[in-house]
Amino acid sequence: MSAYEIKKDVHWVGAVDWDRRNFHGYSLSPKGTTYNAFLIKDQKNTIIDTVEDRFAGTLLCNVSQVMEPSKVDYIVVNHVEPDHSGALPRLIEACKPEKVFCSVMGEKAIKEYYGADGWPLQVVKTGDSLCIGSRTLHFLETRMLHWPDSMMTYVAEDKLLISSDAFGQNYASSERFADEVDQAELMRQVSRYYANIVLPYSSVTLKILEEVGKLKWDVDMIAPDHGLVWRGAGVGTVLEAYRRFAEQKPTNQAVVFYDTMWRSTERMAHAVADGLAASGTSVRIMSLKSDHHSDVMSEVFESGAVLAGSATHNNGVLPLVAAMLTYMKGLRPMNKVAAAFGSYGWSGEALKHVTEMLQGMHFDVIEGVRAKNRPTHEQLKACVELGATVAKALQAKIASS
Amino acid sequence: MDKYVCNVCGYVYDPAEGDPENGVSPGTSFESVPDDWVCPVCGAPKSEFTKE
Repeated sequence: MSAYEIKKDVHWVGAVDWDRRNFHGYSLSPKGTTYNAFLIKDQKNTIIDTVEDRFAGTLLCNVSQVMEPSKVDYIVVNHVEPDHSGALPRLIEACKPEKVFCSVMGEKAIKEYYGADGWPLQVVKTGDSLCIGSRTLHFLETRMLHWPDSMMTYVAEDKLLISSDAFGQNYASSERFADEVDQAELMRQVSRYYANIVLPYSSVTLKILEEVGKLKWDVDMIAPDHGLVWRGAGVGTVLEAYRRFAEQKPTNQAVVFYDTMWRSTERMAHAVADGLAASGTSVRIMSLKSDHHSDVMSEVFESGAVLAGSATHNNGVLPLVAAMLTYMKGLRPMNKVAAAFGSYGWSGEALKHVTEMLQGMHFDVIEGVRAKNRPTHEQLKACVELGATVAKALQAKIASS
Repeated sequence: MDKYVCNVCGYVYDPAEGDPENGVSPGTSFESVPDDWVCPVCGAPKSEFTKE
């Protein structure tokens, strides 16, 4: 897409990656993504963030639509992850900027990634500001949201917060503003992005939301580095969504995920789900053979209860279940009720392993059910009861939170 | 001596190793690490660490 003016003299000059489906190698991005970069025309022309290196040409083309790249004076690097800094070497070569601003941790990362020989790097810290003419840029380090180097840039005169990865979504579109696309789809992608990327840093998110509140910045536009730009009522919507996400209060929803060999564990999954639904808890059943771990994670994030099923395989857990639990543990979800279930052929260790992994995530774990070979009517009934017990525990947890 | 883990990024402070790059010599207990020391990975303050 072409350069697009989002505020007077503030131009989006990023790239839209329409066919990206695998985001960073671990999460799906069914709607593609964008790498947002912004060019501010002022006495000191300033570019904030770049794009993935394979889109460096697109970035330079978009910059050229606004001005000669050689007229760019400053570059601000909010985040060094390669989808935002990959084009930096080409951009520096084309613009020969007077200064490149980054955080302390950003400087280290830039040198490690790119060598940065002779680059005019200048470190900025929280509270530092930079006059670029009629505007002043203010910097806020947002360490571990979601890399050590992350920071945000606030353009005071434009009431614009350029927020790096926070508040982003993987969403390719010809539109640039969040209010111009399907809202339900948009919020699904906001939630998916949080669940698979930002979730481990929820405590940091809450602190930063508090810090932004204390700074009393007047913000009427938030421009993240992926997806659409929030303006008007959307600013409040996304701030409120992030507060809710970070607090992780339990919801009356459960996800039952499983892998199965001869469909015994699958039958148990459906019986557990029946027990949950009959007790008034909304439930999703997800087969790990059909659903990608990042899709399951999105549902785990939205759910107050997690039920994990695995057949016993070679005295352990089926590989897709082990992978799912490992992925989930890394994302550090909190405040959930959980239980395990599964069938086995002879020794049946999976139940114990899955239960221990759920306990390791500090969930409220309820004793699970296992069945030898094919679950009997009685064992399926025990699965229904497990679902009901989890639903009750979840509803009690919601009432007390 | 106990190891301490950074709640923010997961870095583990091991007293046996210290953090020589940032002026903390090997053998320094976490309690004896200066109060203005920050996590060498993410920059979190000492207060963000808990006993492993």
